[in-house]
Amino acid sequence: MAAEIGHFALILALVLALFQATVPLYGAARGDLALMAAGRAAATLQAGFIVTAFAALAFAFVRLDFSLAVVAANTHSTQPLVYRFAGVWGNHEGSMLLWVLILGLFGAGVAWYGDNLRASFQARVLAVQGMIGAAFLAFLLFTSNPFARLSPVPADGAELNPLLQDPGLVIHPPLLYLGYVGFSVAFAFAAAALIEGRVDAAWARWVRPWVLAAWVCLTCGITLGSVWAYYTLGWGGWWFWDPVENASLMPWLLGTALLHSALVLERRGALIGWTILLAILTFSLSLIGTFLVRSGILTSVHSFAVDPKRGVFILAIIVGATGGALALFAARAPAMQSGALFGRVSRETGLVLNNLFLLALTSVVFLGTFYPVIMEAFSTDKISVGPPYYALTFAPLAVPLLVLVVFGPMLMWKRDSVSGVVRRLRAPLVTTGVALAAGLALAGGKVAAAGGLALAVWLVMGAAAILVRRWSGSDTLRKVRTTPMSVYGLALAHAGLGVLVAGVTAVTVWQTSKILVMQPGQTIAIGPAHLRLNGMREALGPNYVTLIASFTLDRQGLRPLTSERRFYPASRTQTTQAGIASFLAGNSYVAVGELQGTGIVVRAYDHPLVGWIWAGAVMMAAGGMASLADRRFRVGAARPAAARLAVA
Amino acid sequence: MKRLIFLVPVVLFAALIAVFAHGLTQDPSRIPSVMIDRPLPTFELAGLDGKPGFASSDVAGEPHLLNLFASWCAACPQEHPMLFQIAASGVPVFGIDWKDDPAAAAKWLAQLGNPYRRIAADPTARTGIDLGVTGVPETFVVDKHGRIRYKQTGPITAADWSGTLQPMLAKLRSEA
Repeated sequence: MAAEIGHFALILALVLALFQATVPLYGAARGDLALMAAGRAAATLQAGFIVTAFAALAFAFVRLDFSLAVVAANTHSTQPLVYRFAGVWGNHEGSMLLWVLILGLFGAGVAWYGDNLRASFQARVLAVQGMIGAAFLAFLLFTSNPFARLSPVPADGAELNPLLQDPGLVIHPPLLYLGYVGFSVAFAFAAAALIEGRVDAAWARWVRPWVLAAWVCLTCGITLGSVWAYYTLGWGGWWFWDPVENASLMPWLLGTALLHSALVLERRGALIGWTILLAILTFSLSLIGTFLVRSGILTSVHSFAVDPKRGVFILAIIVGATGGALALFAARAPAMQSGALFGRVSRETGLVLNNLFLLALTSVVFLGTFYPVIMEAFSTDKISVGPPYYALTFAPLAVPLLVLVVFGPMLMWKRDSVSGVVRRLRAPLVTTGVALAAGLALAGGKVAAAGGLALAVWLVMGAAAILVRRWSGSDTLRKVRTTPMSVYGLALAHAGLGVLVAGVTAVTVWQTSKILVMQPGQTIAIGPAHLRLNGMREALGPNYVTLIASFTLDRQGLRPLTSERRFYPASRTQTTQAGIASFLAGNSYVAVGELQGTGIVVRAYDHPLVGWIWAGAVMMAAGGMASLADRRFRVGAARPAAARLAVA
Repeated sequence: MKRLIFLVPVVLFAALIAVFAHGLTQDPSRIPSVMIDRPLPTFELAGLDGKPGFASSDVAGEPHLLNLFASWCAACPQEHPMLFQIAASGVPVFGIDWKDDPAAAAKWLAQLGNPYRRIAADPTARTGIDLGVTGVPETFVVDKHGRIRYKQTGPITAADWSGTLQPMLAKLRSEA
């Protein structure tokens, strides 16, 4: 019964989305306030129905209703409750429903919190969101119905992929989707602005919190995915350049660019067309990410669902959304002129360079990800692109960008001079120089290591310089108190980037590993630690049997460490649980393999500073959150007169 | 001229979509084997239950199928009737019991029947690695010179047999 309610709620949501896609648009064109207001009601109701549908599906999962095909395919009766619930989005149908749920909630968010938007503009934003919602609801209902019934009803279901039975699954996909779908708001704002033919600084102020929120969620989602891969895949890699990872990295890179270009538009009224284009492309890359995972066009460890029919449908959605928006862009954007001029050395120029590098990085990842598909279109070879390609292309573009990051916030708007910015950056320049020289002397010829660590010092010192410069002189206390949250956010995010660079450098250059058969009682040295194998025993988990190897790690004192090899009989799958001990200076990581005689295969790793990678990413997300808490997004502070920029 | 620049994104996008649309027509599960048109790797394996196994040199001379199976494999029983049908049609089917306990395999065959001309046990998967096996069931079409001509991944369905394997074997037999 719950399933039928859910199914029916989805159908009603589709009807409402179609209404929302058309009526407010007509109302905005006619200047009819009642029709425009109807869009707000439709968005709210639509969200309500999608919440109902989602609740119905969650209910079916938790209650083990095996008459639903998705439940039977993804839930075994022995599965713990939390993974039954997370199983709702551990499969194609459910994860698309989660996508639609977030889209619906964001739509309702624009309806409720968009009071300060022009009525006609809000109506058009809601209409564009209605179109996206209708497309995805149709996709859900016609190709991936989560409420499809099975007859006869199986006695028990198939188990959720054991790799997914992890706390990571509970929050990683929702965060990622909050990011992907959050960019749909920016997209809707861009498309609505193109329909209206006007963009101004106020537009950037409206759109920027949405972009920031989406970016923060995406940052957290990607970080979590990286941590998850680190401890479940059993060899301690933290980034694999897997197509699906790339699919989340591309919108992140472009979203970062959008964040910065929207800043220029908000403060200076420049880069109008460019910002609009970025908003369109960022969401398009989110859509392409979905397409990638769901169509099976690329083989990847993440492709749990493969169905070409779905691929065609999502491709059609991409053609409609991106193609439509880009066509609109070609027609309308040339008329949107910007009057704001800026000098060759200015903060605007710094942010343009930031955007160009981020765009280049996105293109590199895009090419690497899709090269196999493109090659296959012209030849019969199946090829895959691996880490060497990214080492060769990504790093050379990322390094100059990271060097530039520190200059940006130190530059004046409109016009500045090189000597001026160098003077302001004297402290970071000196410390970085010292760090580089010390690194070169100590690292014994490892130039990359010294360079990477110097870059990290540069970024952190540069971020500190932002605050020091703001606070220096007299009356420091008052200055500290009145510093806007967005400045703290900026410093925190840029410093986080430095911490991340330090982690990446250290783990890339200095990580060590050993693979061997260990006998109980044997002790090995790994990095700065000693590892002793105490013994192995078998144990029973809720839905698996496990072989537990217990170790004692000697690093800053003794501590126990265990690694497991779990076997899930329901799906006949083996997983490895690594034993990880984290220290500020790095992680000791151990994963066990098969038993061999009286011993066991052990892979032990020392990962220096690896935790800094995620700590840095978390700092970046926290910076974004601080910026989001800035007063100017909540108060209608000093809104510049909305100059009409369009000459239609 | 300036307007044309604004057309660039949409044109690039159209090209990309054409490539994606083409990509969708491809079968993602098709992974060509590097072993195609190469001779069988040499192996000499013992049989099950004390019965004789076979070596790679034993199987040349006549086009045949080399089928890898295991008693723990879920899809293998599904494929089993098809193997009987193929053997009945006169095509020799050789079996390699992959990564398996010989006693369990013998019991499994006693239950389901034995369609194989000969069976070799590969408990360490050494031969499986040489063959580039990714899982079971997997089936190789081998010609009379002992060269691998085709690899089937997953169970052989009736459609695979009548559509691909049978015509290919017929052609190999007619080859001089």
